[in-house]
Amino acid sequence: MTISVTGLTRRYRDQLALDDVTVDFEGPSITGLLGRNGAGKSTLMRIIANQEFASKGSVRVFGASPVENDAILRRMVFVREDQVFPDFKVQHALRAASWFYPNWNGELAEALLRDFDLPPNRAIKKLSRGMRSALGIVVGLAAQAEITLFDEPYAGLDAVARRMFYDRLLASYAANPSTVVLSTHLIDEVADLLERVVMIDHGRIVLDATADEVRGSATTVSGPIAAVEEFVAGRRTWDRRRIASQESVVVDGTLDDADWARARELRLNLEALSLQQVMVHAAGETSGDVHERTSA
Amino acid sequence: MLDEGAPIFSQIADRLADEIAEGTLAEGDQVPSTNELAAFYRINPATAAKGINVLTDNGLVEKRRGVGMFVSAGARERLLDERRKRFAQRYVEPMVAEAARLRIDTEALLSMVRESKGAQSDVAHADELAHMQEGITI
Repeated sequence: MTISVTGLTRRYRDQLALDDVTVDFEGPSITGLLGRNGAGKSTLMRIIANQEFASKGSVRVFGASPVENDAILRRMVFVREDQVFPDFKVQHALRAASWFYPNWNGELAEALLRDFDLPPNRAIKKLSRGMRSALGIVVGLAAQAEITLFDEPYAGLDAVARRMFYDRLLASYAANPSTVVLSTHLIDEVADLLERVVMIDHGRIVLDATADEVRGSATTVSGPIAAVEEFVAGRRTWDRRRIASQESVVVDGTLDDADWARARELRLNLEALSLQQVMVHAAGETSGDVHERTSA
Repeated sequence: MLDEGAPIFSQIADRLADEIAEGTLAEGDQVPSTNELAAFYRINPATAAKGINVLTDNGLVEKRRGVGMFVSAGARERLLDERRKRFAQRYVEPMVAEAARLRIDTEALLSMVRESKGAQSDVAHADELAHMQEGITI
């Protein structure tokens, strides 16, 4: 297992940031670590990257503890949202990174600097927020580490630069498949890049599945009220809406061929929920919302 | 670029199959690689690979070791055959059902079909027309 987290708990004074988290990350794969702000995503990544200590539980990276373990840390690059760089120029930051990471790709770093319009001679403290994020991305990609952790790496980056990031991430992953974990709240933007989705809420893992499973896991059914009601009878549903004689409701669970055929007969429209919609629902559910239940 | 709804891998498989059916990907042509598909559609390479696997499982494309994936011999004909078989179910039956709801009788429907844009008068397609008529049972 590339990264193995067992029973991990992190307590701050009066708050439980991580609550008995057990999760594995196995490469090569791109995993989305999703959740609301304050859910515990950053804490989990920081502990994996040895930038913070656990209160309880264990983290193993390549089978060993990453705590103060230089050999392990060189195989892992962590780009965080509020990345702090020492007070020097862009090119110096890249040179420092090139000494630390054994697979550092200098050509790629230079190409990425051009892609993101980063002036190599500018002092880092004079970079805009977006440029600092871009520098973090350059380091994250050019390190070509076996594990790449991106924690909301694009504060201040516009849509064009973010798309550049996704394209370069895919290209570098294609050339060099590794273990990538990407935390983000821009779920719709990254949904198609992800192979697996881990969702964390209030410090707990609430969902861990392949992106395909999540995408097919709930469906909006719409059409004439009577037909919709007939179709959803006995199923778990939520978000029921009505207008005139039409109804739309979300049903939980994967639909099979027979379901689709039945829906066609009843002239119902079926539309799978997007990853983002499923995630929003999952977050709402753990906040105490309850499901409606239709009786058969 | 891809819609929500069907799983992405099956959308990828469908698009490649469309190209094979249309002949833009001819038999013996190389199919785009997993990484090319991933970069083009901005999707995970594993998802692209899963899409291509659907076509390999159906024998529409085959692997040549160390070179890549290629459209198999006879792939287009098999695909067209399969799609012709699905045609009645997917298009004719819903069309006939909707016509019935609109009180369009079989004769009127057939003449609409004949007069529609792109209708083929060619008798070489009589088989398909006959097949279509079988599906029409108002």
